[in-house]
Amino acid sequence: MEAFAHFVATAADDKATAAASSAGFAYGLAAIGPGIGIGYIVGKSVEAMARQPEAAGMVRTTMFLGIAFTEALALIGFVVFILIK
Amino acid sequence: MSEVITTALTGPAPEVHITKDMVRRGLIVAPALVAVCGVVWGMAGAASSAYGIAIVLVNFALAAMLVASTARISLGLMMGAVLFGYLIRLGLIMLAVLLVKNAGWISLPALGATIIVTHLGLLIWELKYVAISLAHSGLKPARP
Repeated sequence: MEAFAHFVATAADDKATAAASSAGFAYGLAAIGPGIGIGYIVGKSVEAMARQPEAAGMVRTTMFLGIAFTEALALIGFVVFILIK
Repeated sequence: MSEVITTALTGPAPEVHITKDMVRRGLIVAPALVAVCGVVWGMAGAASSAYGIAIVLVNFALAAMLVASTARISLGLMMGAVLFGYLIRLGLIMLAVLLVKNAGWISLPALGATIIVTHLGLLIWELKYVAISLAHSGLKPARP
């Protein structure tokens, strides 16, 4: 009976550990996409500003908003992470 | 390639202006958000909501400060700063949440909901005015 209780407790611990690692892994995956997106946005914006510095104000405005919108995806991933962890 | 490294933007920083606007609007709607979270999740929800709003506003301010300060030096530096800044800011948000995760005054659903709603809400609200400005660059639309 004692051995069974120990087995159940160990299984519960394993389950909690697996849930925590899966949540962390999912958050890592959720952060990759926005990272690629932000890199693409900033790369293209920098290219545009280097070619046409007079349009830099407009480009910077749209770049900043684009970064913030893309970052929202990572924040959603983070919120899911803290809720299921 | 050399243009990217040597070009520096010395004019006014629009991202600082945008962020000031968003922070101002965030502070305007903060009491309503805190009240709604307080009604749904209780005192813990209200406190978590206030904390979530602070996280989002500080995150915007850090992002704008990073872009504005590095763009004055070089576009290449700005690109690197934005990419590493993304990782650092995500790390800071994670740290800010994990530090208080087990505190008695925290409600994680309220915190999560507030972070997403405030971030997206302020962006969409600001986007309306930015879209009008870009379409009519000579016009100054009235801001609420």
